[in-house]
Amino acid sequence: MSINVTLIVQMFVFALLVWFTMSYLWPMIRQAMEEREKRIADGLAAAEQGQGSLLKAETRADEIVEKARVKARDIVEQAGSQANDIVSGAREESEQERQRRLESAQAEIKVEINRARDELRGQVAMIAVAGAQKVLEREIDSETHRDLLDRLASEI
Amino acid sequence: MEDAHTETSADYIVHHLTNLHVGEGFWTFHLDSIFYAVILGFLFCGSFFMAARRASAGVPSGWQNFVELIVEFVDTQVKDSFHGSSRLIAPLSLTIFCWIFLMNFMDLVPVDLLPAIGEAAGIEYMKVVPTTDLNTTFGMSFGVFILIIFYSIKIKGTAGFLKEIFLKPFGKWFFPFNFMLKIVEELAKPISLALRLFGNLYAGELIFILIALFTLSASADSIGQVFANLADPGSFGLLIMQILLGLVWTLFHIVIITLQAFIFMMLTIVYLGMAHEEH
Repeated sequence: MSINVTLIVQMFVFALLVWFTMSYLWPMIRQAMEEREKRIADGLAAAEQGQGSLLKAETRADEIVEKARVKARDIVEQAGSQANDIVSGAREESEQERQRRLESAQAEIKVEINRARDELRGQVAMIAVAGAQKVLEREIDSETHRDLLDRLASEI
Repeated sequence: MEDAHTETSADYIVHHLTNLHVGEGFWTFHLDSIFYAVILGFLFCGSFFMAARRASAGVPSGWQNFVELIVEFVDTQVKDSFHGSSRLIAPLSLTIFCWIFLMNFMDLVPVDLLPAIGEAAGIEYMKVVPTTDLNTTFGMSFGVFILIIFYSIKIKGTAGFLKEIFLKPFGKWFFPFNFMLKIVEELAKPISLALRLFGNLYAGELIFILIALFTLSASADSIGQVFANLADPGSFGLLIMQILLGLVWTLFHIVIITLQAFIFMMLTIVYLGMAHEEH
């Protein structure tokens, strides 16, 4: 067991190994590891960001749905009131129409009544004249007593 | 181990603790230490390079996952105890941890397996654990020591470094003492690093060898003799003892080899961190 030139050789081998590790092994392995670390960190950050935007999108979707719901309710209400308006309007109109028809019918009836009355009056006058003629036997001329007969007719 | 029957326990142990070497005196090369250190270095670099080449930012799987686990672990340790910025220190720590662990791991390979194969191939001596060779551990710790000096000078400047050597901690009138203290302080770092690792692994290896001694005298030349030996209650008991003790020590040693690799790495980080700090 003695110190000899083997020591120098082993030092040389050692130096060579260290040189190789320092120049090649270590940088290659560390680079891969750091790259992976970075990639994982990026992935995590992206995931977090994705989660954040998902949350944001969800709130936005909720807002939109809520807005739509409100709008729909408004529309339904509006439609309801419009329908009511239309129905009530129609009712009013038909009421007016009915009134108008009623009135015109009444007016027509009145005219008819008046006509019939006038006719009847004339006929009554004639009957009266004919009756009187019969009674008086020519004593009364319809032509000569027209004004008398007319007065009689208007009194009936 | 030409003839197991005549081999004594001492011979066996000494044989196991002798490196395969060429050369004389200082110019002795421990071929087995160098061979296994280089092979394991290649194993580390190759297997990590495989993962590194295919490393992508996608989902890692299998081996890449394991490599990244270790890299992350080392990186955490460095970031916790080293507050400067350096491109070198983290890769250095990774290399130290993995290489030492692999070299220590050779200790868990059965003590006679690789030497026996080597012997069959005509290689007389073989020590398979490079970290039980002082040259390996000192090789690494001196490497770390050079880096400590280098960074001390780089960060504090030559003047600052000299000032620290001569003027701390007792002021300028005691500069010889300061200098001596500093030398001891600095030299203690590589020496303690190397000896701690060497001592633990050497002792561990020695205990594996001692456990292997249980059935050394019962070595058999033929399969028939193996069964004959097993029939003998004494040898059978020794065999059971060896298996049990070997198991226990191996389990315990798994902790030790990992711990020693970790300690070497941690102390390197701490020493280099100290070199980076102004006092």
